[in-house]
Amino acid sequence: MHRLRFIIATSLLFVALASIVIPIPPSNNGKHLLDAAEAQGTTLTIYSGRNENLVGPIIEQFEQDTGIEVEVHYGDTASLALTLIEEGENTPADVFFAQDAGALGLLSNNGLLDTLPKYIVDSVEPRFRSTEGEWVGVTGRARVIAYNTDVLTEEDLPDTLLEVTDPQWRERLGFVPTNASFLAHLTAVRVSEGDDVARELVEGLLANDAPQYENNVQAVAAVAAGEIDAALVNHYYLFRLLAETPDAPVANYYFPGDDIGNLINVAGAGILRSSDAKPLAQQFIAYLLSRTAQTYFAENTYEYPLLIGVEADPRLKPLEEIETPDIDLSDLDDLQGTLELLDELLTQ
Amino acid sequence: MIHTLPRQTSTSRLLLAITIPLAAALLFPTIYLALRAAQVPLDEAASYLTRAGTLRVIGRSLLLVATVSLASAAIGIPAAWLTARTDLRGRRMWTIALTVPLVIPSYVAALALVGAFGQRGFVQGWLEPLGVERLPSIYGFWGAWLSITLLAYPYVFLSVRAGLKGLDPSLEEASRTLGRSAWETFRRVTLRQLTPSIMAGVLLVALYTLSDFGAVAIMQYNVFTRAIYLRLSLDLETAALLSMVLVALSIAILAFVNRTEQRGSTYYAQRSARAPQRIALGRWHAAAQAFLALITLLSLIAPLGVLSYWLINGLQQGETLRDVIVPLQRSIRAAALAAVACGALTLPFVVLQVRYPSRVSHGLARAAYLGYALPGVVIGLAFVFVGARVLGTLRDWFGLTDYRSLGLLVAAYVVRFIPQAIGPARAALLQVNPHLEESALTLGRNRPRVFATITLPLMRPGLVAGVALVFLTAMKELPVTLLLAPSGYVTLATRIWSASSESFYARAAAPALVLVLISALSLVYILDTDD
Repeated sequence: MHRLRFIIATSLLFVALASIVIPIPPSNNGKHLLDAAEAQGTTLTIYSGRNENLVGPIIEQFEQDTGIEVEVHYGDTASLALTLIEEGENTPADVFFAQDAGALGLLSNNGLLDTLPKYIVDSVEPRFRSTEGEWVGVTGRARVIAYNTDVLTEEDLPDTLLEVTDPQWRERLGFVPTNASFLAHLTAVRVSEGDDVARELVEGLLANDAPQYENNVQAVAAVAAGEIDAALVNHYYLFRLLAETPDAPVANYYFPGDDIGNLINVAGAGILRSSDAKPLAQQFIAYLLSRTAQTYFAENTYEYPLLIGVEADPRLKPLEEIETPDIDLSDLDDLQGTLELLDELLTQ
Repeated sequence: MIHTLPRQTSTSRLLLAITIPLAAALLFPTIYLALRAAQVPLDEAASYLTRAGTLRVIGRSLLLVATVSLASAAIGIPAAWLTARTDLRGRRMWTIALTVPLVIPSYVAALALVGAFGQRGFVQGWLEPLGVERLPSIYGFWGAWLSITLLAYPYVFLSVRAGLKGLDPSLEEASRTLGRSAWETFRRVTLRQLTPSIMAGVLLVALYTLSDFGAVAIMQYNVFTRAIYLRLSLDLETAALLSMVLVALSIAILAFVNRTEQRGSTYYAQRSARAPQRIALGRWHAAAQAFLALITLLSLIAPLGVLSYWLINGLQQGETLRDVIVPLQRSIRAAALAAVACGALTLPFVVLQVRYPSRVSHGLARAAYLGYALPGVVIGLAFVFVGARVLGTLRDWFGLTDYRSLGLLVAAYVVRFIPQAIGPARAALLQVNPHLEESALTLGRNRPRVFATITLPLMRPGLVAGVALVFLTAMKELPVTLLLAPSGYVTLATRIWSASSESFYARAAAPALVLVLISALSLVYILDTDD
């Protein structure tokens, strides 16, 4: 027994020492000490608020196709945006690839983003890019109601977003209050319908004891499990669920007309004003909007490809058929009022 | 009881010269955030902080702190006593099983509890034949309380266990000889001597509870850290302002702990600690085993079960696993460096505080705690600010392309986790009788040698406990790692996060299981050395 413990202990100590002493082979650590001249503009540094599991493969593909060396720093969109603001012009980043237009708007308002070339911004519809041309949408993320098809049909579902506060949905319709997508949606309601309507929406959800979830995945899983009947989420979580459980009784519902419920937010990208590798950065964003990358997103993340002419997953309601509310996505950075509203209401 | 009078000696001056700049470095994120908070216009700050909703959220945070601290003490103290002082079977196994939950990331533990006890979780599945269609909701206060308690009680357990090991058994023996019962002796002698160890553990639990975000987010319990995180999608100033509330609460908690501790008294061991007689549990043996088994079931077996389920389920659906060896190597490297650094840097603080007690020395040691209740992400952002400024200056001279480095990451870990080493080390040094050191000095040994040959070996249990705490918590650290690790420096914790946040559960489960397993094995080594 003592001998065994001695062996375990010694080998563990050895592993620990080895971990500290032996250099790790495939890391990018060594790159910091590149010669200054060489560093200038030969590697592209990307801050990605998009998950490595979703965008890692396409970034690798970009490296292979172009021979450009890329360093990606992954994190969540909101804290990367704050990181960029803290770093200011000393940021090592060249590109910010964000999960939501609000974060890009925030950077743009802080004067951190450069204007993109016209050929890049023009490859997507005007409703999916910044009016000043400082960022461009890469993929579309539609807000929908995911509902349990065993319990509900399309006819049962509300005609407008505000109707989700109807007492008949008491404890049956869930939402994800602190998620960036919900915050953006609430901001859109404030911007287009006014603060009072947004307040009415949140107060109504709370009055209904609408079940709250930490993230969209949990909420959609709760719909599939019959824990709730419906949930306000983004459209693509359904298809991830179906990839795992093909017979899950869940479907997406879009509101009729141009109701504010039909917001389509984007994941998008911009180039940092302070970048010393702007040509590479432009090449990268152009690549994200290439047919190759757009097809990759359509097939793997189930988001809407925004490059005009690339088809979405056939199970999705086509982008042309969705009447999005008339909103400038750049305005989604107006979070101040949204947070005050949420602060006040979630602290009840 | 022996008093050590403050003496101004060359040693104390040297220690002050070391600890003052060190404390300043540890306080830097807190000071930086205070400066940022000061940028919020005063009327805006005042109206925000005095709003009824804000007060309600602060109240919830305090409720959670109080209940989690009490529950952690209720689990940690008896568990430590059982494993350190009785003839319980499987003591070593229990010691490790009771410590490992510390390494489980809090959002993983909370997800596991939801998986097990959710309205439609595993337990409901088992009960379904009995007609139970859904369990009462676990979300809210109870879920948050349970998940944080199950992660945090090891702070008390490890600290108290180290305290018990350093205790001089002769006082207890005297008490028994004088006719007091075992229970009386435990209550009036053992427990009172243990006060510094207990309070060191409880303090860590309380401050950790204030700072936790993962569990309260999953459990949808709106405490103060959620308000801070919500603000982080807009600006740092308001988030920093809210963080200052956490600093103020920490000061209040420190003051409270101080007062409680002063009511207990400190007894030095009269000679080097020897192993006490183990108490025979007799007919209580089964009950003791059942108690520890229940705790382990909830805090370790349940999360491990849910992780294994995710792994198997994910693999069946064709999810591919990714390499875990390189992330493991990186986690160990960063955590081990931080643990060793914390162990070393702790010594000047506790020696100064315990051997040269004064307002200044006490204040210096407590200053290290002020940042402990801050959410990791705001500490990380403070480092980002400084790192980027340094990079801006040095970029052209040295050709640096990024300020993120292993060194910076370890430094941030030290700032975040050093209180975990200070508490148990201080409690251990309090047990070392200064007369021993003085005798050795009289016999002609110099101070450094006395420290190395007498003091250090005697305070080893506490020091080891502290280093183990730092190692385990640094292994699972997420927010600072995400911000400060060099690009591509993926650790187990960041891999678990990136997989679980997009619900690639098999990909999250594999590194999480490795994290728990390797930590358990490393404890065999760390904790064995002090037996």
